[in-house]
Amino acid sequence: MTTLHGLGVSGGSAVGVVALVALPAPLPDEDPSTDPAGDLSRVGDALDAVATRLEATAATLTGDAADMIAAAGAIARDPGLLDAVKENLATLGPAHALHAAVEGYALQFEELGGYFAERVTDLLDVGARAEALLLGRPMPGVPELTEPSVVIAHDLAPADTAVMDPAMVVGIVTEAGGRTSHTAILASQRGIPAIVQAKGALDIASGLRVGIDGDSGELEIHPDEAWLDVRAEKKRARERISQRTGAGKTSDSHPLMLLANIGNVADAELAGAADVEGVGLFRTEFLHLSATTAPTVEEQAAEYVRVLAPFGNRPVTVRTLDAGADKPLAFADLGPEPNPALGRRGLRLMQEREDLLDDQLAALALAATETGAVVKVMAPMVSTRQEAAWFTERAHAAGLPIAGVMIEVPAAALRAHQVLQVTDFASLGTNDLAQYTMAADRMVGELSELLDPWQPAVLDVVAAACDGGQANGKAVGVCGESAGDPLMALVLTGLGVTSLSMAPQRVPMVRWALSQHTAADCVSLAEAARAADSAVGAREAVRSAASKELTDLL
Amino acid sequence: MASRTATIASAIGLHARPATLFTKRAAAAGIPVTVAKGDTSVNAASVLAVMALGAKFGEEVVLTAEGPTADEVLDDLVAFLETDHDAKA
Repeated sequence: MTTLHGLGVSGGSAVGVVALVALPAPLPDEDPSTDPAGDLSRVGDALDAVATRLEATAATLTGDAADMIAAAGAIARDPGLLDAVKENLATLGPAHALHAAVEGYALQFEELGGYFAERVTDLLDVGARAEALLLGRPMPGVPELTEPSVVIAHDLAPADTAVMDPAMVVGIVTEAGGRTSHTAILASQRGIPAIVQAKGALDIASGLRVGIDGDSGELEIHPDEAWLDVRAEKKRARERISQRTGAGKTSDSHPLMLLANIGNVADAELAGAADVEGVGLFRTEFLHLSATTAPTVEEQAAEYVRVLAPFGNRPVTVRTLDAGADKPLAFADLGPEPNPALGRRGLRLMQEREDLLDDQLAALALAATETGAVVKVMAPMVSTRQEAAWFTERAHAAGLPIAGVMIEVPAAALRAHQVLQVTDFASLGTNDLAQYTMAADRMVGELSELLDPWQPAVLDVVAAACDGGQANGKAVGVCGESAGDPLMALVLTGLGVTSLSMAPQRVPMVRWALSQHTAADCVSLAEAARAADSAVGAREAVRSAASKELTDLL
Repeated sequence: MASRTATIASAIGLHARPATLFTKRAAAAGIPVTVAKGDTSVNAASVLAVMALGAKFGEEVVLTAEGPTADEVLDDLVAFLETDHDAKA
């Protein structure tokens, strides 16, 4: 038995055969084209074939996934790509001419940043597919899956994950990526075990049987019976736990609301049917990111009604548009910035484009009236009391009586006493809070260790925000991925957090973890975590002091 | 050969949606149209090439077309570029 280690980013375990998403092989040597006209038409045919296949795939999908694939198809049909190939054929062979044309545009788009940089993945994918056709090589991307498979890749593009058959993918392993990369978030939302940063995983041969443990980050080649038994036992225990229902509370009845994170209508329908006390984070970007024009108030209101309806009188916390940085908006592009994570994103972008915020608030107020739902709105990327007051007044004026702020910026956490005087509640976004506390870019997988939410400095900042909430008698929730980690949930409770919002399938384990501890236990676990001098130390301190029934399952 | 100069009116420049709409119009013209910024001249029917030009708000581009309908095609495209397509409908 051989074990590879990575970073577990989506829990659970499974066994399947390896489906390798190979890195493209280097191009073969070619002589410069001797028949430019003939080669141009061969490249053109390859691009046409790629476009036809992508269009056929798009036709079988709906929503964002269909739009994404259709956009890639349009790139394959773009005459500018062939123009560049034609030029390159003067000095290169056909495959190299195509490769250089794609790379040329990719480079220019990366320099332009924002919306353009987003298209680069599509462009490179189209180029790789056409090259494969031209050279008679197998198609790149996720191979067709015919049995339960563990997909292993360097990294996965959104287009790859969109077309993966969820019934066949039992695990995802990447050599790159990080704790908050899109692969990690998507896998966790779908409840698929996933490991990132598994060095050497690409060397495993396709078709081998492997076991993936997304909790420990282990990838086992040829897992034996014992490996399977241990995990099967855990799985049974988890299933028993998942039968428990009801509001979140500690064993001595200290309440903690258990909420769901959602991103679209489909999520809302799933979470609405689940045993959760409401929504702690509704990301509203889905309506906007693939749109090339701002959706109208009526269009937005109609979608919001569909999101709110499944929750009846349970509260739904809506984050207003959080565009910019890694989520550029086609119709509100303020131009490239050298450091987008520190630039005009979130509320800062909305202060430039007040019309977008006012439309969204108006649409939410309309949808709230129509459904009778309890809508709480909150602004992303708030740093100061003034920004908090600006947003809160604007939301109240729009007819939304409960308005709060996200706390992702350490400045807002450290001044939470003042910030919470002028707003109704706060919600901690722990991924961004870790990014800004540790000055470590979320997009850089190599910095995962710094981005660990167990970093004692991050816990100190969370504690400061909770103190500000308690001083003002205002609720402070957590809606980052860390709220779904049962051990972290105990620590957050001990720090004074009042609600935990997570992917709905994580709720049962967190509910059970809370029920095994008193409020005083949680306070001492939080103290133990903050007394540690490293992220690993903090997690270990809590693990060794938490109930054994719980830690045996993790 | 006919040519016209146009000043980009869309606040975000010839990007994203304006670029997509522009190239669709150019492709529908049925005659070859080029768009140039400075020394770089590209096929006006290619959204990749047009976006890579990176023409920003207030910048001038030169449109050129060849064919019997060149004048009306160019008038239409100039009018398109000189309208702010980011303005709210």
